[in-house]
Amino acid sequence: MTLGENVQDRGTTEPQKTAQSAAGRSLVTVNDLKKYFPIRGGLLNKVVANVQAVDHVSFEVKRGETLGIVGESGCGKSTTARLLMQLIAPDEGDLLIDGKRVGPDGITLREMRRQMQMVFQDSYASLNPRLTIEDTIAFGPTVHGIPQDEARERARELLGKVGLDPNLFIRRYPHELSGGQRQRVNIARALALDPKIVILDEAVSALDKSVEAQVLNLLMDLKRELQLTYIFISHDLHVVHYVSDRVLVMYLGKVVEIGPVERIYTAPRHPYTQALLSAMPSMDPDKRADAPPLAGDPPNPINPPSGCRFHTRCPFAEDVCALKPPTLSVVDHESGQLAACHMTDPASGHSKADLQEAS
Amino acid sequence: MNINAPLEPATIDVAQVAVQSRGYWSTVLERLRRDRVTLFFASLIVLVLLMAVLADVVAPRDPYEASMIKRLKPIGTEGHLLGTDETGRDMLSRLIYGSRLSLFMGIMPVIFALLIGGTLGIIAGFVGGATNMIIMRTMDVFYAFPSVLLAIAISGALGAGIVNAIISLTLVFIPPLARVAESVTTQVRNLDYVDAARASGASAPTIIRVHVLSNVLGAIFIYATSLISVSIILASGLSFLGLGTRPPEPEWGLMLNTLRQAIYVDPMLAALPGVFIFVTSLSFNLVSDGLRSAMDIKV
Repeated sequence: MTLGENVQDRGTTEPQKTAQSAAGRSLVTVNDLKKYFPIRGGLLNKVVANVQAVDHVSFEVKRGETLGIVGESGCGKSTTARLLMQLIAPDEGDLLIDGKRVGPDGITLREMRRQMQMVFQDSYASLNPRLTIEDTIAFGPTVHGIPQDEARERARELLGKVGLDPNLFIRRYPHELSGGQRQRVNIARALALDPKIVILDEAVSALDKSVEAQVLNLLMDLKRELQLTYIFISHDLHVVHYVSDRVLVMYLGKVVEIGPVERIYTAPRHPYTQALLSAMPSMDPDKRADAPPLAGDPPNPINPPSGCRFHTRCPFAEDVCALKPPTLSVVDHESGQLAACHMTDPASGHSKADLQEAS
Repeated sequence: MNINAPLEPATIDVAQVAVQSRGYWSTVLERLRRDRVTLFFASLIVLVLLMAVLADVVAPRDPYEASMIKRLKPIGTEGHLLGTDETGRDMLSRLIYGSRLSLFMGIMPVIFALLIGGTLGIIAGFVGGATNMIIMRTMDVFYAFPSVLLAIAISGALGAGIVNAIISLTLVFIPPLARVAESVTTQVRNLDYVDAARASGASAPTIIRVHVLSNVLGAIFIYATSLISVSIILASGLSFLGLGTRPPEPEWGLMLNTLRQAIYVDPMLAALPGVFIFVTSLSFNLVSDGLRSAMDIKV
């Protein structure tokens, strides 16, 4: 099932058209990505339950844009990133790069990994402590058959690009670098294969604020200079607002809303997105919230709630929400904003559905 | 040098060669140099090794030359610095020549076990899943036996002899080395830099060679060094029981055995091979400890 078909469910032809024309321009297309982690137990090591980490996630990333992915801890953001890089094998789902499917009949995993690279959150754990910065950056290119000398030359060049003096850093070891410097090295390593897409998995979250800003600006500069496409995963809503063109909101392994950043931040349609945004600390004292927007912890992904996964915490939940899972469908034709909520679907039977549609 | 210092043209020459910082191993050496206990025992090991290599030169007499009239002379006898054994052979020469066999039988099983057990453990740790299960559960079977008993049982089954003793000791040391290798590899495998290497499209052998080995060999090697002391004792034990070297070959464990009747005549003399076994195995143990702390750099 493609995203186009997914949208088609609502019966309107227009969303399908936009989805199809978008597919032509999209650099990354993810269809129905699914990963359940089995929990084994008992005498015979049988699968007793599944952690539904990522459950039928579909989205696309257009060439040159930054797609922000936000959500609470444990909602499947990082798992999605690792599934995209195939560091974890997905149970189901297709990944298309530039319209070509990754798999036996399309481009190889190796080729996919040349085009898509990832920067990890933990700047320390993602650098081999026994390798010099030069060897770390040059490793990828040598794997892809570039001669050692050339790879080293490339490492020097990239270090300069990420704002580190090659003469000072090339022969250093990771433990001699600060967190920000290490993350710059990680970025250089990701760029060493000259990828089109870079997945940034909480890449700036562990840095202190001033360094975070520097690295963010570096990322923006690199994007412009090298014409990169970013998938930017973060729990920091301010940062996502700053860097993203479009935003994808995840809750318990599902996509609840996708749309252009301004639409998501000013006119969120899914109650979870609304709650998430109201939890954003405001600089204006008059706008400070006293009451928590949501009560309780996210439900256990081992046995996620029936129907809409958010219904246990949703202030607008009705009977239909517990019975039927909502489909991700277009809520704003102009911007292509998608949400998965019964309240946005007049046919769902939710009492607030008409009201929302009218607004 | 402060790497965060602003790059001022006055202090940083653009044409200067790349800053070479101290690598991991040179840091380890530097730390070892300051550890006197380890240095002392390491020099004892070097001494024993030299003794083994240069036995022909340093031994004052022929270790096989027996003399019925000079039996069990005490330590300090004229012409026999450390006395003579029960058939009148020169103790010092036999101890010096004995270091050859004792060290050989102590070190070889550990080297073989390091190669076999280390490889199995790294494969089990890196591949994980069913492969890990098969390899490690097989190793666990060997764990069910006490090591001495297992060595004696295998040696007994294969028959006495140096080669068989080495085979049996190798089999004894494979499981613990595989287990250590497996546990450190599992830890390293789950780190992000291995994921990053996979994400760059590298094959499993390349990742193991570049990213895993450099981070696990240290720990495995340290453990293997500590096993040498156990191996020397076990090898001596096998010889003592008549399962290792055969008389008249000079070997410390065997010497301890043949001299045991003399313990009432001259206990000091009878204990001499034991002292050599003790000092050598203690040295290996302490050097292994020193290496461990020198290599435990929080980076």
